[in-house]
Amino acid sequence: MVTPAIELKNLTKTFGNVIANKDVSLVVNRGEILSILGENGSGKTTLMNMISGIYFPDHGQIFIDGKEVVIRSPKDAFDYSIGMIHQHFKLVDVFTAAENIVLGLNEKGRYDIKKSTKKIKEICDLYGFELNLEKKIYEMSVSEKQTVEIIKVLYRGADILILDEPTAVLTPQETQKLFAILRRMRDDGKAIIIITHKLHEVLSLSDRVSVLRKGEYIGTVVTKEADESVLTEMMVGKKVELNIGRSEPENPELRLEVKKLTCFNREGVPVLNDVTFDVSSGEILGIAGIAGSGQRELLESIAGLQKVNEGEIIYHNPKTGKTDNLRDKTPMKIRDLGVRLSFVPEDRLGMGLVGNMDIVDNMMLRSYRKGKSVFLQRKQPKELADKIIADLEVVTPGAETPVRRLSGGNVQKVLVGREIASSPTVFMAAYPVRGLDINSSYLIYNLLNEQKQKGVAVIFVGEDLDVLLELCDRILVVNSGKITGIVDARTATKEEIGLLMTKNDNGGETIE
Amino acid sequence: MLVAFIQRAVMQGIPLLFGSTGEIITEKGGNLNLGIPGIMYVGGISGVIGAFAYESSVETVNPFLAVMIPLLASLLGSLLMGLIYCVLTVTLRANQNVTGLALTTFGVGFGNFFGGSLIKIVGSDMPSIALTQTSVCFKTQLPFADKLGWFGDVFLSYSFLAYLAIVIALLASFFFNKTSFGLKLRSVGENPATADAAGINVEKYKYFSTCVGSMIAGLGGLYYVMDYANGVWSNDGFGDRGWLAIALVIFAIWKPNLSILGSILFGGLFIIHNYIPNISFEMQEIIKMTPYAVTIIVLVVISMRRKREHQPPASLGLSYFREER
Repeated sequence: MVTPAIELKNLTKTFGNVIANKDVSLVVNRGEILSILGENGSGKTTLMNMISGIYFPDHGQIFIDGKEVVIRSPKDAFDYSIGMIHQHFKLVDVFTAAENIVLGLNEKGRYDIKKSTKKIKEICDLYGFELNLEKKIYEMSVSEKQTVEIIKVLYRGADILILDEPTAVLTPQETQKLFAILRRMRDDGKAIIIITHKLHEVLSLSDRVSVLRKGEYIGTVVTKEADESVLTEMMVGKKVELNIGRSEPENPELRLEVKKLTCFNREGVPVLNDVTFDVSSGEILGIAGIAGSGQRELLESIAGLQKVNEGEIIYHNPKTGKTDNLRDKTPMKIRDLGVRLSFVPEDRLGMGLVGNMDIVDNMMLRSYRKGKSVFLQRKQPKELADKIIADLEVVTPGAETPVRRLSGGNVQKVLVGREIASSPTVFMAAYPVRGLDINSSYLIYNLLNEQKQKGVAVIFVGEDLDVLLELCDRILVVNSGKITGIVDARTATKEEIGLLMTKNDNGGETIE
Repeated sequence: MLVAFIQRAVMQGIPLLFGSTGEIITEKGGNLNLGIPGIMYVGGISGVIGAFAYESSVETVNPFLAVMIPLLASLLGSLLMGLIYCVLTVTLRANQNVTGLALTTFGVGFGNFFGGSLIKIVGSDMPSIALTQTSVCFKTQLPFADKLGWFGDVFLSYSFLAYLAIVIALLASFFFNKTSFGLKLRSVGENPATADAAGINVEKYKYFSTCVGSMIAGLGGLYYVMDYANGVWSNDGFGDRGWLAIALVIFAIWKPNLSILGSILFGGLFIIHNYIPNISFEMQEIIKMTPYAVTIIVLVVISMRRKREHQPPASLGLSYFREER
């Protein structure tokens, strides 16, 4: 029996009360590509961070070449020839590729860039990288930057490589190129771990797949013996009953129509591609998808915060019966049209609230224009703040406490409370229960249900499929900026949604 | 007259060159030290204190000691200033701008306090103190400089500190671009998180660059008193040369070798009004403004061209927390 390059035994890591990894055991051999598959928040990255020295495990053992090791820092990991390629590159923008690659290595005095360049070139030739070493990082595409990162760890002699969602930022062609290189490295005897949630990549690249779900190790299968449905089931698991109430929509009428919405990011890559859907009053529309599939851009373009390249956003005003196109309008203009839109953004203390201001001041952020004199009137906002604190059971020393000092759940209650207080007709919430304990989560679900019963059109972006299936009326699934399906939440199954989230629907087009 | 002008321009420029080289080294490590004017001031007064102590304790001065004592005193004074800055901004992570400005105020006050005290001790009837003997030692020229006509006057007539300033600037350029230490230092100023991940001790590099930068800047103050002012210290005589040095950093787009030329240009612009005949007082003051105006123009130009190499180090002025990923 061969000694595995790296073996993990019962690794456990907790952050406060949250268990990020529980008793995870894995084996990776040399000359093998192992995929680690799991949904968002399943603990993939935490696990890899423990191997690369960023986190230290609570308990459990790591063996390298059969010997037990203790990894306390990224430097220790380097010493055991472990190289991690993070999702966010660590490169100096104004340096050339070569300078970034040699940075930090202990060479005394004048550095011999020629000698280093020769060594880098050898690595490039060996694995088939194409890279101009004289090019500055800021002139590079994302894929080139990633190449620099990979060569950097190889230059340091890594033979256990960990790649954290390497294809998230790549085009299909670039992905194919990367995979070819990874296969060549595998054939050269390197042990490669790739973190991903894209099923088709797992199937086409890896030799074995290990699946994590909610921090727990589910199992490992040999890729050849697996298929999409087996992996999806391992990934999403069996349905769990949550007992969130759901009422039937009452007198639904069309509230918001999104037609052929397309947005590009700064690199010109579409983040939303031809998105069409509608949402009616008195219903909760869930949005499911892997993180970064366009959920954020979708909500922000409705709220007037994202530049829309194509398409329309039509609002049906229940009071006047008129329709307005919200595209290319600022939040202020949208409000002036009489559109009562509430938005609970993902980044609560960044976009939602001002951390250093107290609860009353945060209430005023939404209502200060109502004041009639040049001086602030703090009376009504104070009443509102007190009401929210009482109604939503916000745990705070008082309404004058800076929001930043409250716990995550209480921050969210303040934000949701404020948004509800403006009696919206469309209520959008992005991951409103992220980081919240069970009681606070249920409180938020109840608030959303209350809004629905009042006839508000609710759009709920969630990550827990069980919650989406029990709370929503319909679920819209986004996948790489496209809608892959709109399903009835009463009849849909987890596997169905899981497949819609991960499948590559243009499978045949990946190699163009 | 042209030769005399160039000579004066160079002498005017050398303190700026020391200051800007020091500040460039500091900024490459990511620290924006606005305390440079104060540090140069302290560098000057520390040298004066050293020279005063030595001159008043011996009958005739030994030229070697007369140079070394003020030099070391000046380096020590500015090193301490640099250390104060580092402890506050790197270890305690105080705001760099506020710390720097406080240090400038402190440095000027420190200099004026000790300057005033020395003036009182000697009981001079002028509000200044003259250290002529020390100054003579500092101003020793190359022996053959005055035998080579205009060539000697323009290139060889300066004291050793002036040449030292140029050598330091050239060395700094070499060091940034050609050594692995320089590469590491630049990476700390550009992206400390990346440097940290590459195993570079960010705090150590920041301390090093700021302290060395401060010591070099302090020499500018010493040169000003001992050479330019002929050993005469008067309170506030140093003027706003410290700010001019910081402006020169931008003018030289963070390149010490460019700042050699820049310093002479700034020096020339600073004194050119003395060489224009029949000029009104108002006009003089307007001409004195030109270095700042030129700096603003350079800032506008580099901002418009947006060439990344000409921008300040990317994390200039920011404190680095490892935990804040």
